[in-house]
Amino acid sequence: MGRLWQGGRAPAGDQGLRMITFDDVTKRYPDGTVAVDGLSLQAPSGEITVFVGPSGCGKTTSLRMINRMIDATGGRILLDGVDVRTIDPPTLRRGIGYVIQQAGLFPHRKIVDNVATVPYLLGWDRRKARARAMELLERVGLDPKLAGRYPFQLSGGQQQRVGVARALAADPPVLLMDEPFSAVDPIVRASLQDELLRLQAELNKTIVFVTHDIDEAIKLGDRVAVLRVGGRLAQLAAPAELLADPADDFVREFLGRDRGIRRLSFIPGDGLRLRTDLTVPASAEAASARGTAEPWLVVVDADGRPLGWVAREDLPDSGTLAGVPAAPYGAFVRGRDSLRSALDAALLSPSGNAVAVDGSGRVEGVVTRQELDAALARAAEGARG
Amino acid sequence: MAEEPLVRWDWIGRNWPEILELVADNVVMALVPVVVGLLVALPLGLAGARWRWFYQPAVGVMNVVYSLPSLAVFIVLIPITGLATRTTVMVPLVFYAMAVLIPAVVDGLASVPDHVRQSAVAMGFTPLRRLLAVELPIAVPVVLAGLRVATVSSVSLVSVGALVGRGGLGYLFIDGWQRQFPTPIVVGIVLVVLLAGAADLLLVLAQRWLTPWASARTAARSGRRGAA
Amino acid sequence: MNWLIEFFGDPASWSGPDGIPVRFAEHLEFAGLSLLLAMLVAVPLGLWIGHTGRGALLVVLSANAARALPTLGLLVLIVLLMGVGTIAPVLIPLVALAVPPILVNTYEGVRGVDPDLRDAAYGMGLRGGQVLGRVLVPVALPLILLGLRTAAIQVVATATVAAYVGLGGLGRYIIDGLATQRYPLAVGGAVLVALLALTVQGLFGLLQRVLVSPGVSGRQKIR
Repeated sequence: MGRLWQGGRAPAGDQGLRMITFDDVTKRYPDGTVAVDGLSLQAPSGEITVFVGPSGCGKTTSLRMINRMIDATGGRILLDGVDVRTIDPPTLRRGIGYVIQQAGLFPHRKIVDNVATVPYLLGWDRRKARARAMELLERVGLDPKLAGRYPFQLSGGQQQRVGVARALAADPPVLLMDEPFSAVDPIVRASLQDELLRLQAELNKTIVFVTHDIDEAIKLGDRVAVLRVGGRLAQLAAPAELLADPADDFVREFLGRDRGIRRLSFIPGDGLRLRTDLTVPASAEAASARGTAEPWLVVVDADGRPLGWVAREDLPDSGTLAGVPAAPYGAFVRGRDSLRSALDAALLSPSGNAVAVDGSGRVEGVVTRQELDAALARAAEGARG
Repeated sequence: MAEEPLVRWDWIGRNWPEILELVADNVVMALVPVVVGLLVALPLGLAGARWRWFYQPAVGVMNVVYSLPSLAVFIVLIPITGLATRTTVMVPLVFYAMAVLIPAVVDGLASVPDHVRQSAVAMGFTPLRRLLAVELPIAVPVVLAGLRVATVSSVSLVSVGALVGRGGLGYLFIDGWQRQFPTPIVVGIVLVVLLAGAADLLLVLAQRWLTPWASARTAARSGRRGAA
Repeated sequence: MNWLIEFFGDPASWSGPDGIPVRFAEHLEFAGLSLLLAMLVAVPLGLWIGHTGRGALLVVLSANAARALPTLGLLVLIVLLMGVGTIAPVLIPLVALAVPPILVNTYEGVRGVDPDLRDAAYGMGLRGGQVLGRVLVPVALPLILLGLRTAAIQVVATATVAAYVGLGGLGRYIIDGLATQRYPLAVGGAVLVALLALTVQGLFGLLQRVLVSPGVSGRQKIR
C-alpha cells in the first residue's frame, strides 16, 4: 500500500502524455452478441485506469479496441482527440505498449532481443536498441545476466517482467495491460504490482489495466471502471470513492466483503491524535513507572525505538524497565500508513493501543483505542454506500 | 496404346476371383504386422513413458529404421526369409508399424492429465490398476490415431513387395506394367485406397465405441507419413 | 557380406554409365529435383493455410490420400500413360508424394503456434507478413523441417522403386539384380540406398540444429 494518497497525480505538461477517450463505443459481433455497449469514459494522462468486472463484461474487448486488435462497431476511441480508426493499426500499435497475461514472449529470440522488438521495428540502430533493452531489464528489476537467455529458461514472474520491459522499450506514452499478473502466484503478483507502481511513479504513463481481481484494481488504479456483463459501465470512480459509495448492488456485490475495512486503507492515519505521555525509556526505574495511572506503557530504547508494552501491575518493585519482559506491539508509520494500518497495529497490541513511529522507526506517540474509535466513527460518516 | 481405354471392365469381370485372392493376401500382409507391431509397441511405449532415458534412444532407432526404403529392406531380408514369401514383406512392416506406434503410446500416456493421475493415486489405485483402468483408456484416442496411420500406410506399403514377388494387390501393378495394360494398375490403386479407407473407417468406429467421451476429430491428426 | 565385397570390390562397379558415381548422381538428381519442386509448392501453401486458416480441409485430405496411395501403382500408371521419353512422368508421382508431408507439417506448425504469441506480435505492431516471417516461421521451423525430412526420405525411397519403370538411380542395381538373379548387385544397391536415406536423415538432423533457435528446441526438450 505504498502510494495511497498521491491521488490524481498532477498531469505533467509532458508532450508524451496521452489521454484516451471512449465515446459511446460499442462492439457487436456478427452473431448479435454485444461485448461492449455504449461505453463512454476517459483514461486521463499519466494515470492508471483499471477496467474490472466479471468474465464476459467486455473489459478485454474494450482494451483491445484501443490498439485496434479489435475494431469497434460503433462510437469512437480517441487518443488525444485523434480517432484511432484513422491510424494504420501497426503504426498505432508501435506507439502503444501492450502486455498480456502469458507475456507472449518470442521463444526463438533471446530476452534482450525480445525487449528490443519494437525499437527494431521502428528502425533503431541495433546497438542502440540493445542498449535500451539492457537499461529496461534493469529498470524492471531483472538481472542483466538474463539478457542472453531464452524465454523458456525464465520463471513466469521473470517472463512477465520481460513482457513489461518489452512494452516500455520504445517509450510509448500509453501502456495497455491485459490481466498481466493473473498467471503468477500471489507473492510474485504482489511484487509485480509494487514494481508497476514504482515504475509508474517514475514514468507517468497513461495506463489502461484490465483485471478480474477487484483487490488488484483497488491497489493499482487511480480510477477504476467497474463493468457489468454485456459490456456496460457500472461505475467509474477513484478506489476510495468506489469503496465508500458503490453506485448500485452490482458494484457493491462485486466489491465483496470487508469493503468497510478495505476502505480504511484510503483514509490517512496522520490525522490521529497522539498521546506522548505513555512512552517510557528502558532506563527508567520500574518503581516510578508503577506510580502512573496508566495500565499499559510503551518501553523505548535509547534511540527511541519501541521495545514493547509493559503492564503496570506486572512491574517489579525495583530495577529498571530494561529487565522487564515486554509484550509484543503493533506499529504504524505516521505520515505514510493509513487508518487501516493504525487499526491493525492496535489489534496486535495487548493494550489495544497503536504505536505511531516516524519514518526511521522512532516512537512519536501512541494512538489510543478511544481515539481510533472516534476516527472510525468519522470514517463511517463519510461512507454513504 | 492410344486406343487402350483406362479401364476395361470386362477384364475385371473375368479376373474377379484372382483379384479377391490378392485382396485377401494384401489384408493379411498389412494387418498382421500392425497387430504384431502394436503388441510390441505397447510394452516398449510404457517403458518409454516411465523412463525418459529409454525413450530417446528407442525413438532414435525407430526413426532410423523408418527412414530405410522398404525395397532395400526386402532385398536384404531375402537370404534370411526367402524370395516371394509373406515373411519378407511383413517383417519390415512390423518395424514401420512400431516406429509409428511407440511414440503414439508414449504421447497417449503423456496425454493423461496430471491431476487425473494424481487423483487415481490418491484414491488408492495400485500402479497396475491405475494403468489398466485409468491411464490406458485415456491414452486410447492418441494410440488409435497412431494405429490409423500405421494401418493405412501398411495397406499401401504391401504393394511394394510385388517387386520381390509377393505384394498382394501390388501384383496388379507389375502385371499391368509388363503387359503395358492400364486396367489392372487402376484396379489395384483403387482397391488399395478403398482397403485403406475401410480399415481407417473401422478404426474410427472402434474409437467411437471404445472412447465415447472423446471426439474422434481431436485424435484424427498427428499422422506422419507413409513411405514407399 | 561376401556379396557386398563382390559388388563394392569390383572396379567395374565404380565406372561407366552403370557405375556407382553415375547412379548415385542420378538418384540425387531425381530426389533433389522432386523435393525442391514439392517444397516450392507445399511450403508457401502450408504457410498460407496455417496463417489464414483457409483450406484446412485440403490439408487433411492430402495427408490421408498420401498415406493410402500405393507409390508403385501411381508410378507405373503415370509412366505407362505418359511414356518414358522425358523425366516428367517420373517426377510427377515423386512430387505428388512429397507434397503432403511438407504441407501437413508446415500447416500444423504454423497453426500450432501459441495464440498468445500471435496476439503479442500483432499487438506490438508487426504487420501480417512480419508476423509470419519473424514469429510464425521460426517457431514452426522444427515441424517444417520434419515435413521436409519426411518428404526427402519418401522421395529417396520412391526414386528407388522408380527404377522399375526404367529410371536410373540406385534402384537400378536392385531391379536389375533381381531380374538377372545377380544377388550381390541387388544387395549392393539396397545398401547404397539405405546409406543414402540415413545420410539424408542425418543431414536434416544437422540442419535442424543449425537453423532452429535454441530457444525453440530447448523448450521442446523440456516438455
